[in-house]
Amino acid sequence: MQIILATLVLGGIGLIFGVLLTVASKKFHVEVDPRIEEVSSYLAGANCGACGYPGCDACAQAVVEGKVGADCCPPGGARAAEGIAKVMGLDAGSLVPMVARVLCQGNIGVAQDRYIYDGYRSCLAAAGIAGGPKACHFACIGLGDCVDQCAFGAVSIKGGVAWIDAAKCTGCGKCVDACPRSVISLFPMDAKVLVRCRNMEPAKLANAECMRSCIGCGRCVRTCKYDAIQVVDGFAHIDLDKCTRCGDCAEVCPHKCIVVT
Amino acid sequence: MNEILRILLFMVSCVLSHNFIFSRFLGCCPFLGVSNKVGTAAGMGLAVTFVMGLASLFTYVVYHFILVPLQLTYLDTISFILVIAALVQFVETFLKKSSPSLYNALGIYLPLITTNCAVLGVAVLNVSEGYNLLYSVLNGVFGALGFLLAIVLMAGVRERLELADIPKCLRGFPIGLIIAGLMSVAFMGFLGLA
Repeated sequence: MQIILATLVLGGIGLIFGVLLTVASKKFHVEVDPRIEEVSSYLAGANCGACGYPGCDACAQAVVEGKVGADCCPPGGARAAEGIAKVMGLDAGSLVPMVARVLCQGNIGVAQDRYIYDGYRSCLAAAGIAGGPKACHFACIGLGDCVDQCAFGAVSIKGGVAWIDAAKCTGCGKCVDACPRSVISLFPMDAKVLVRCRNMEPAKLANAECMRSCIGCGRCVRTCKYDAIQVVDGFAHIDLDKCTRCGDCAEVCPHKCIVVT
Repeated sequence: MNEILRILLFMVSCVLSHNFIFSRFLGCCPFLGVSNKVGTAAGMGLAVTFVMGLASLFTYVVYHFILVPLQLTYLDTISFILVIAALVQFVETFLKKSSPSLYNALGIYLPLITTNCAVLGVAVLNVSEGYNLLYSVLNGVFGALGFLLAIVLMAGVRERLELADIPKCLRGFPIGLIIAGLMSVAFMGFLGLA
């Protein structure tokens, strides 16, 4: 008798709650656009925040509300853009995958040190102390603020300079924002020839600071058959639209700061 | 007058000397898991306060008006779990409709609370200590405020630890547990108030 009563009471409580919850879920039902779920299934799903929203769900909502376009998810790349365009009926556009590149080759021994830094392990902290531990004001400090930001494990520190695994990089740009020196930039995946230095100092100073610095000599400018290189602000700039990726400039660079990847 | 004083004393003892985390050791999982930032810790604490207050009320009703008359008091734990789970679910549905901003603030913490042992703990304690309805609800609300105090303090400490030079073997949870132990010892001192 007891056992039947116990079963009935517990079952009854459960049943009452079940009914109440069903009624509540009907009464308090919130209409959610079914497209939000579809869109978020195409996003990268890492909640990295590259889109500028707190998470993939928030981004999906913004897409459905029409606040951002199909190319809102850099880590998702072309696959995400196509998927979103299909759901939303938009034009996917041509999305060249972007990849982050470190524009510094000032490894330990290559770049001169200003002082030995032994403080809190953060580039931001080190950059604020007497111009940073490396003599060059434009060098990678190498304490790994970018490594901490990467949700995909693509960034590591090799020889005192950040190194990005292009195969793992999704082009979300978190490391670009994290770098206090703006050493990291996003480039199209097919930009194979890059000037890996941003030193704006005059040639003599730049030469003294680092063996891999761009001194603005202009040999690459004269070598380039396509008029794609210019020296601006003391270092060489490659116009990616004109560049044919021939790599002639890399061969003549006296400091080996133009690199073909 | 005497009764008011007793109630005030009871509130203080719930928050300080009988703190859920530091002297009853209930709810340690969210205490260690969600205490990385003060903001999120406060959100979790508020959500727990909300649910523990309601849970104390509803479990009191279920226990005294259903289980006691039918002499089924041995079913208290399982029926409390049922009540708490249903309650959390209902609160979530209700908040989603009526207050989306509060839902967004508490949203991710609410489902976590279902498995917070402090919520079941307060219901079981209310029964075993024989509290009446007022004391049960007070125990729930102020016990949860004690939880809020503890988790916010812990989050404050851990935010500072981020910048501290801790030996590698102690980083993360080990140092968290040591701090929790030290804070617990400190809170034991409040027993002297009684």
